[in-house]
Amino acid sequence: MGKSPALSGVHFMLGDVAVAEGAIAAGCTFFGGYPITPSTEVAERMALRLPQIGGIFMQMEDELASIAAVLGASWGGRKSMTATSGPGFSLMMESIGLAVMTETPAVICNVQRGAPSTGLPTLVAQGDMMQARWGSHGHYQIIALVPWSPQECFDLTVRAFNLAERYRTPVLIMADAEVAHLTERVVIPPAGEIEIWPRKRPTLPPGPGALDLDETLVAPMPAAGEGYRLMVESLTHDDRGYPDTTATTHRQLVQRLNDKIYRDRFALYDQVERVIDDAEVVVVSYGISARISARAVEIARARGIKAGLLRLRTVWPFPEERIGELSKRLAGFVVAELNLGQVSREVERVAVDGCSVATCGNAGGDILHPKEILEAIIAVDQGLAPSRSSKLARV
Amino acid sequence: MKTVHEDGATEERQLVTDAPPELQSPIDWALRTDRLPHIWCPGCGIGTAVVAFVEAVKEAGISLDNLSVVSGIGCTGRVAGYLDCDSFHTTHGRAIPFATGLHAANPELKVVVFSGDGDLTAIGGNHLIHAARRNVDITVICVNNFVYGMTGGQGGPTTQTGAKTSTTPFGNIDQPFNLARLAEGAGATYVSRWTVLDLGRLRRSMVEALTHRGFSFVEVVSPCPVYYGRRNRLGEAVDELRYYRENTLVVPAASVDEVDIGELGGEIKVGRFVDIEKPTLEERIAGLALELAPESKSTGGHDG
Repeated sequence: MGKSPALSGVHFMLGDVAVAEGAIAAGCTFFGGYPITPSTEVAERMALRLPQIGGIFMQMEDELASIAAVLGASWGGRKSMTATSGPGFSLMMESIGLAVMTETPAVICNVQRGAPSTGLPTLVAQGDMMQARWGSHGHYQIIALVPWSPQECFDLTVRAFNLAERYRTPVLIMADAEVAHLTERVVIPPAGEIEIWPRKRPTLPPGPGALDLDETLVAPMPAAGEGYRLMVESLTHDDRGYPDTTATTHRQLVQRLNDKIYRDRFALYDQVERVIDDAEVVVVSYGISARISARAVEIARARGIKAGLLRLRTVWPFPEERIGELSKRLAGFVVAELNLGQVSREVERVAVDGCSVATCGNAGGDILHPKEILEAIIAVDQGLAPSRSSKLARV
Repeated sequence: MKTVHEDGATEERQLVTDAPPELQSPIDWALRTDRLPHIWCPGCGIGTAVVAFVEAVKEAGISLDNLSVVSGIGCTGRVAGYLDCDSFHTTHGRAIPFATGLHAANPELKVVVFSGDGDLTAIGGNHLIHAARRNVDITVICVNNFVYGMTGGQGGPTTQTGAKTSTTPFGNIDQPFNLARLAEGAGATYVSRWTVLDLGRLRRSMVEALTHRGFSFVEVVSPCPVYYGRRNRLGEAVDELRYYRENTLVVPAASVDEVDIGELGGEIKVGRFVDIEKPTLEERIAGLALELAPESKSTGGHDG
């Protein structure tokens, strides 16, 4: 195929469609999925686009099959993804753990909607943030990115693929129904100008040492059929992939799987800060809630309150050092999110005693109003919000 | 082979390949012999199914470098890890969709799912029927021992009516799947059933399945003397094999409707039940891609 399959130029594009286009730009050629509101347009776009560019779209029988097929296709040598929403995300949890354990690159986009259970299929929420972090069983690190616009749906999907390949790990795009269903200007650079990180391939032919770990803690990854006689194992295994269900091997493996991501966290952190240098109150937010927070911060500034915004584009790993450092000089944080306090728990965890942390959220169904966030900013600014230590004292 | 553990302790274990020739197995060439001995109980039929499979791989001329074996969880789920090919030990029930994605991604691979009845037809039952419906070009080898062995002998969707297991202590009140009928009904284009006693026919059937174009399903009826045999007074493994010899009926052209093995102690009908040709998923994917290719649009199609 002579010309690049990826679009370029300026588009008026739906967030979900931008996720699909970002995937194609990143080199994704396999999508396995199952229809679910509000992520369905990702699948529909892939169904339209992939067969035309040498890719494979498979509508699977459920989300259990979708994620399994995505992992299989990844070992078949293709960059692979799925997109879903809460109920489907819950079903995928076990195999997300399989991807972690077998170090299989994959991208999973979760367009968050009101929950628990079937909840609010068409309405927004950001209630799956902790599920993203801890939803599969066991102790592991996960990378989760959060777009706040269709443009970032594109940009962060490209980044998600790059990170999935570099760290050989599943990467989550934690969009929300509002951002995914916005239609906005999306600028797509020419294909050659988009940075693509390829899969780390073995440099040695099959044989001893070919798949050994190096200082990155990430081993090279051949595809099936290349003669490496892969041993891809969901049980606790040694570096060859051989099952070894002993405490010693288990601790080494789990430690490495955590370390390969956590020790690189400074390269993974990605936040955008606005008017933070002189700020006394900082709003921490992400996704659609960050757009509203930006407005609330503007109003607060107009009223003479020194407010700032820290918008997370990477939520996991969580930028604990930066939040901790800010907490030493701030009156406090407002965490604006469409849940009853999830990322706010992380902020509370890392903020020093005496720095107050106020959650401004709701259980989903509708976006926040700038006024609600403004009120929270004012409360923190006036010392009316509880500090972490005073909360602990109450317990 | 000497293994040095983290704490400095060493362990000496004789590899099968180090064993004198008379103790080596003729299928060693396809095994990760440094992983032996395997975990299966004495009398278990899974090892026999592996022997038949390895011989079939050889007979079908499939290179181990091009072979991917995907297993789910359970006793049979351990098969993939003993084979010296690309092997995938996945999650419980998901071997088939994993294999579907793997083979769709690279149709040049020979992809085989090797797993048990519980993994493939209970927790993974939905994937079985949909892979059959799509006629994915993979082979599924289902070792049916009527019971969950790995967890200690619980009843499942193939447990025969009346059979005792640890979760059917008063006898199974459910009716089991007729797996051949299930696979055929869902669209499988090759369906067979053999017992592990009939190694020759089992091997031949596996060759047919491996060379079949489309979704092939081979049910391997196998004893589980430790959990199923003992509880149901079927005797030792050798007694179960004797039972197979005396009660197996080879039916050359039976309808799948007539091959239930739902009765404990009843007749086991075996044979090749389905062998038809239909377009495979991979062919349909390739066909669509060709149809959509820009060149075919501008020139009115390919002619070579």
